[in-house]
Amino acid sequence: MLTIAEGQRVRTDSVAPPRGSLFRRRNAISYLLIAPALVLSIVIVVIPGILTLLLAFTNWSGIGLNIKLVGLQNFQDILADPVFATSLMNNLKWLVLFLTIPAIIGLITATLLLKRKRMRTLYQVIYLMPYVLAPVVNALIWMSIIYNPNGGVVGALGLPAPTASTSGSLYAAAGVDMWHFWGFLTVVYLGAMRQTPIDQVEAAIVDGANGWKVFRHVYLPSIRPTLLLMGVMTVIFSFLAFDYVFLLTQGGPAHSSEVMGTYAYAFAFSSFEFGKAAAVGLIMSFFGLLASCLYTWISRRDLK
Amino acid sequence: MITRFMRGALGHIVLAFFAAVALIPLLLVLVNSFKTNDEILKSPFSLPGTFSSENFVTAWTYGQFGRGFINSILLSGTTIVVVLVCSSLAGYVLAGKKVRTWPIIMVYLTMAMTVPIQLFIFPLYSAVAWLNLTDNVFVVGVILAAINIPFATFLMRTFFLNVPADLEEAALMDGVDTFQLVTRVLLPIVRPGLITVGVIVGLNAWNEFLISSTFLQNPAHQTLTLGFLTMNGTFSTQLGTMMAGALILIVPILAVFIALQRYVVDGMASGAVKG
Repeated sequence: MLTIAEGQRVRTDSVAPPRGSLFRRRNAISYLLIAPALVLSIVIVVIPGILTLLLAFTNWSGIGLNIKLVGLQNFQDILADPVFATSLMNNLKWLVLFLTIPAIIGLITATLLLKRKRMRTLYQVIYLMPYVLAPVVNALIWMSIIYNPNGGVVGALGLPAPTASTSGSLYAAAGVDMWHFWGFLTVVYLGAMRQTPIDQVEAAIVDGANGWKVFRHVYLPSIRPTLLLMGVMTVIFSFLAFDYVFLLTQGGPAHSSEVMGTYAYAFAFSSFEFGKAAAVGLIMSFFGLLASCLYTWISRRDLK
Repeated sequence: MITRFMRGALGHIVLAFFAAVALIPLLLVLVNSFKTNDEILKSPFSLPGTFSSENFVTAWTYGQFGRGFINSILLSGTTIVVVLVCSSLAGYVLAGKKVRTWPIIMVYLTMAMTVPIQLFIFPLYSAVAWLNLTDNVFVVGVILAAINIPFATFLMRTFFLNVPADLEEAALMDGVDTFQLVTRVLLPIVRPGLITVGVIVGLNAWNEFLISSTFLQNPAHQTLTLGFLTMNGTFSTQLGTMMAGALILIVPILAVFIALQRYVVDGMASGAVKG
């Protein structure tokens, strides 16, 4: 979004290109260069995306051409299903967890690393290690050696498996995902904080501001756009959560950790109700779209 | 003075604590991968009595890691090549504003970047299955490339913005042909960008789960991580073997990451700041 705003500023002072055969040929070559990126994105992402929009109103099974329009039936069925309500609630819990815990850890560690130039690289590399590993690997590590009541850390402490209880399973999955994610925020926040003009920081210190005040009144306003962008990304990803829930709990036990992502997936690939899967996919994307619109609105107000 | 020292020490303790949070699960993998199952059941924290490679041999064989490595390399390689070609070409055009519709294309790419996988995976799967193209790592590589192209194009565009506009004109004036312009002038300048995009996109493709697991169900075509997941079905109680398998998957990725960490960290920081 920022890139576009920056681009439009430049555009106003650019000179209109001359018309001529040379220009036209160059223009054609430019479109040819940009075509592969656009074609791949349109064929693989956008067209199936639009199809999902249409499929949500049909009873398609995913195989064959036996399609019937069913209107809003899929949405009515889903809204009446108590499992959907659980999923939506779980996505909201997921959102609250991810907007707070990793963000706070990320801000604390980034602020501390700001002054420690020599150790900075080492800490960033360590913090990012869980982030660069595959969800499958991370999930299986936690499942076998930490959450396992027979041989894992939980077992050694005499506790039951958190993934097996209806009250703890969602938090168990969210815990692993947060363990994998927070280091990314440290690196992003630190990168943004380092862009803060040093004279602002020095001026604040000369004025007698202590560490907390410098953070609160100089660094925090300076990284506001980044905080906002990460916040919106977190909102979008929270409604799309899938990997860690699917791998650690399969949405169970008894649908207690079901999120919309696993709920939709089960419709498509267990009960072959692609229409319903598409409807849930549409609802999930709608929340993400809402977050994007809110983001555009807030950042536009910021620019004024 | 004393409070200042205390505060500095407290900062170090906090940083070290979170380093431990990140590392302890990985250290548990390292320690337990050399232990027998009985040793692990006694305590997951104890050090191994003997260093035996047995767990690793079992994991390698039953996780089909040999084939998995090849499939993962082919898949990620496809994604990296397709993304680098498409995004550098598009990024070059967008940075130079060489087409009048460039603002519309930028808006399109922003929107494409936020389209979730769950919004297009179901019809896409049906189409790919109808074309008999499931269980094909190259197809999955191209799909993952399409997902990564918008963000990679934005990143490449910022790298091309650093190329002075008159440099290109000057080179053309000097009688340099287009091929030389690309290989001698443009590529050396944007090389760090290509490495950054390549590493981040490569990691994304290597680690991806939702699309890979849906489109690659035949064990012969499964990636490394999917092979490890399949192995869990049989070996979930053989913790030593599971940990050895995890270590085999962790070490190469961490080695690549540490070797190229500068590019990964820069890419993440700049990508987020630029939006």
